[in-house]
Amino acid sequence: MTELLELAERVLDRARPGEQVEVFVGRSHHTEVKVFDGDIESLSSADTQGVGVRVIAGGRQGFAYAASLDDDIVTETLAEARDNATFGTIDEFLGLASPDGVEPVDLDLYREELLSFPTDRKVEMTLELERAVRAADPRIRGVESAEYADSVSESAIASTAGIRTTNRRSGCSIVASALAGEGTETQTGSGYSVARTPEDLDLAKAVKDAAEKSTRLLGARKPSSRRLTVVLDPPVAASFLGLLASGLSASSVIKGRSLFGGREGEAVAVPFLTLVDDPTEPQAWGAGRYDAEGLASRRNVLIEDGVLRGFLHNSYTGRRCGVASNASAVRGGYRSTPGCGSRALTLTPGTASQEQLLADIGDGLLVQSVTGLHSGANPISGDFSVGAEGLMVRGGTTAEPIREATIASTLQRMLLDLVAIGGDQEWLPGGACGMSVVIGEVQLSGS
Amino acid sequence: MIDEAVVQRVLTAALRTGGDFAEVFAEDRRSSSARLDDGKIEELTSGRDRGAGIRVVRGDTTGFAHTSDMSEEGLRAAADAAGAAARGGGGGVREVALTRREHDQPHEVRVMPEDVAKSRKAELLLKADDAARAAGGAIRQVGASYADSRRRILVANSDGLLTSDDQVRTRLMVSCVASGDTGMQTGYEAPGRTVGFELFDDFDPADTAREAARRALEMLKARPAPSGTLPVVLKRGAGGVLFHEACGHGLEADLVGRDASVFRDKVGTQVASPLVNLVDDGTYAREWGTYAIDDEGHPAQRNTLVENGELTDYMWDHLRARKAGRSSSGNGRRQSYHHLPMVRMTNTYVLAGEEDPEEIIRQTPHGIYCVQLGGGQVNTATGDFVFGITEAYMIENGEITHPIRAANLIGNGPEVLRAIDAVGNDFDTWTGTCGKDGQGVPVSSGQPTLRVAAMTVGGTAA
Repeated sequence: MTELLELAERVLDRARPGEQVEVFVGRSHHTEVKVFDGDIESLSSADTQGVGVRVIAGGRQGFAYAASLDDDIVTETLAEARDNATFGTIDEFLGLASPDGVEPVDLDLYREELLSFPTDRKVEMTLELERAVRAADPRIRGVESAEYADSVSESAIASTAGIRTTNRRSGCSIVASALAGEGTETQTGSGYSVARTPEDLDLAKAVKDAAEKSTRLLGARKPSSRRLTVVLDPPVAASFLGLLASGLSASSVIKGRSLFGGREGEAVAVPFLTLVDDPTEPQAWGAGRYDAEGLASRRNVLIEDGVLRGFLHNSYTGRRCGVASNASAVRGGYRSTPGCGSRALTLTPGTASQEQLLADIGDGLLVQSVTGLHSGANPISGDFSVGAEGLMVRGGTTAEPIREATIASTLQRMLLDLVAIGGDQEWLPGGACGMSVVIGEVQLSGS
Repeated sequence: MIDEAVVQRVLTAALRTGGDFAEVFAEDRRSSSARLDDGKIEELTSGRDRGAGIRVVRGDTTGFAHTSDMSEEGLRAAADAAGAAARGGGGGVREVALTRREHDQPHEVRVMPEDVAKSRKAELLLKADDAARAAGGAIRQVGASYADSRRRILVANSDGLLTSDDQVRTRLMVSCVASGDTGMQTGYEAPGRTVGFELFDDFDPADTAREAARRALEMLKARPAPSGTLPVVLKRGAGGVLFHEACGHGLEADLVGRDASVFRDKVGTQVASPLVNLVDDGTYAREWGTYAIDDEGHPAQRNTLVENGELTDYMWDHLRARKAGRSSSGNGRRQSYHHLPMVRMTNTYVLAGEEDPEEIIRQTPHGIYCVQLGGGQVNTATGDFVFGITEAYMIENGEITHPIRAANLIGNGPEVLRAIDAVGNDFDTWTGTCGKDGQGVPVSSGQPTLRVAAMTVGGTAA
């Protein structure tokens, strides 16, 4: 890591007077194993590295990146970023983040042992995953995919504003998708587990989920259209939080693309809803000591007891709004400039189990998975319509499975139609925590 | 990009552990982009990605490694890693003799984006911003971005193939937010072609911006979409994504091979209405999914998938074709040298039929008319798919009436294909990015105006 920071600092040495320069250097190592039909289908290993350089000069910003840390290419990247800066529009709020004195929380996100974990054992684990899914239930006729993947990544940020940070993390996952059914009927369901090191992966849970989710949909029919109460499974609820997140980014608010714009201090949700983004939570997959501009991560309350409290700021949006950055800069690696957004969203959990929630609603729909989030949910207008699979709920318990249906509402209404939040908090890969969530007055479309 | 003798030695090294096929895929990609938002050119970005992916196949197992180190040493290290992953005990020395193969370009690129001043790229965005804002006072925000890329690839393999391609793509994207009594609505337009800066001879940035603005303004008048089963008329070009999702993915030989497609064992059978003729055509000049060779070095082809409703073939890449004892259909693609290739679509088109598009609408008593779709998703194993509508209208008594708000439509591939009951004599295409297994590749889809007799519309109105 010091090596990456030194490389970044060497670029800074070439900054010209009056120039602000930020260098982001990243390097990672990945392994991926895919098995099919009892055999290794592919085994990939790779190292990737790259540098992204941001130059602000004369009130204009330019950026360039390269997937290489070779000296000549890094030099060319700085020159390109500098040249690109001459074409931007002058914006007095442009600037880099300055150290703000907040100390980073110590997080245990990196495990050395991942690097020494033998490849053969990763392969064995993946083969075992496939075997176990197939054997989990006689109605499972095949395994569409069974995969293991891991990565160890490190990054450094150095800037002329005095930022010097390094980050590293390790992660691994297993995922399997089961094919259930005989003859002309097929249903699919997947299960996974994520951890910082392979020893912590929960193979049994991945197997159980894939088996249960695929087999419980067997016999699914298209339901008739109606308005009803839905219970979102934890991963579905997490996707839904992800949609809300884009409206809580200060950048969306400033640019008039947020359905929460101008509503600070107003009740936007039911009073028992509190939403925070907390990348200092060690269990969160998106946890990190620093944000993408090198400021120490912190816990930000966005909606408290149903009232909108604030937005996610990076240094640019903070400056524009006359507030400080709350360390919510995010970036897609070395290839892009920092935007602002969430990394570890969660609702304050309730206490009820999913079974209890189903018993409480009596009749409705348990939504196991949704499709078309990118095409049918518009975080600007709030229109929400997605494909849904799951089980009808009757008399407080799960009943027949359904498929080829959609559920629709608007994001604004869903926050106000929230009936209950479960206590089954589950940290998932991605930027949000899942838990069962009950929402009333949702339109189910089928036949 | 790499010296021929080096490639030859690297392939030989890759086969040392007993592999029966080895391949070097090298890529050098330069891209430039510019982004305007909130009335300002936020930044210009330049990108450089260069590296090689090496795979070694032994039986059904593929070993893969990639590197950004293009020296012989770096390539050999990747070859060793890929070879180790596919090791079989045997091995030995197998010399590879390469023969260079040239390919005709599907069309000429007239203005290389790298030869165009950056200031002109920035000006396009300012022009788009002006035009969109002039479209109406209700337009509150405009985002526009320009992107070009030049991707040079080299493919060599142990069958003796050595070939290369130079792929240039240019795209402009404009998105608008309009605000009114009913809240905010959005409009989007994004033409892109496998060409250089001459894209703008055909697509004036101001026209693109006005179209995005018109769409956002129109949607301010939209009422909630209906909920339930209705006839759906898709305007030419708008509905190609339906076929991409409803059957395209299910005809990819890798998914068929793993029993994850409802179209398995269906070649030679009627899978769609007799009105449907579907092709995947990687040779179609200038289109977004076009190339001279795929990312395995196989020339692009025009492949007929469905003829008069009968399934004629799947799409194939090198591995799947080799296993089936046939040749690839030129559909082996990958996002970059970081990825293994797999079966992917190129330009997937339903061919024009005979009906007058206006007549199709007139003969629809009650339904919806889709003018723009916003992408979709399919579960190939069950055939169930969704796609989003971003501009659509009600059809009442054979006439287009009011716009409806965004929603997803859901259907089952085989059922929807059989339910197509009218195909128009017009045609247009749509530019998009197709995602599969974490890899995105440029594709286009296209179709004439056509009608699906019944699909489920996922709106909120009863």
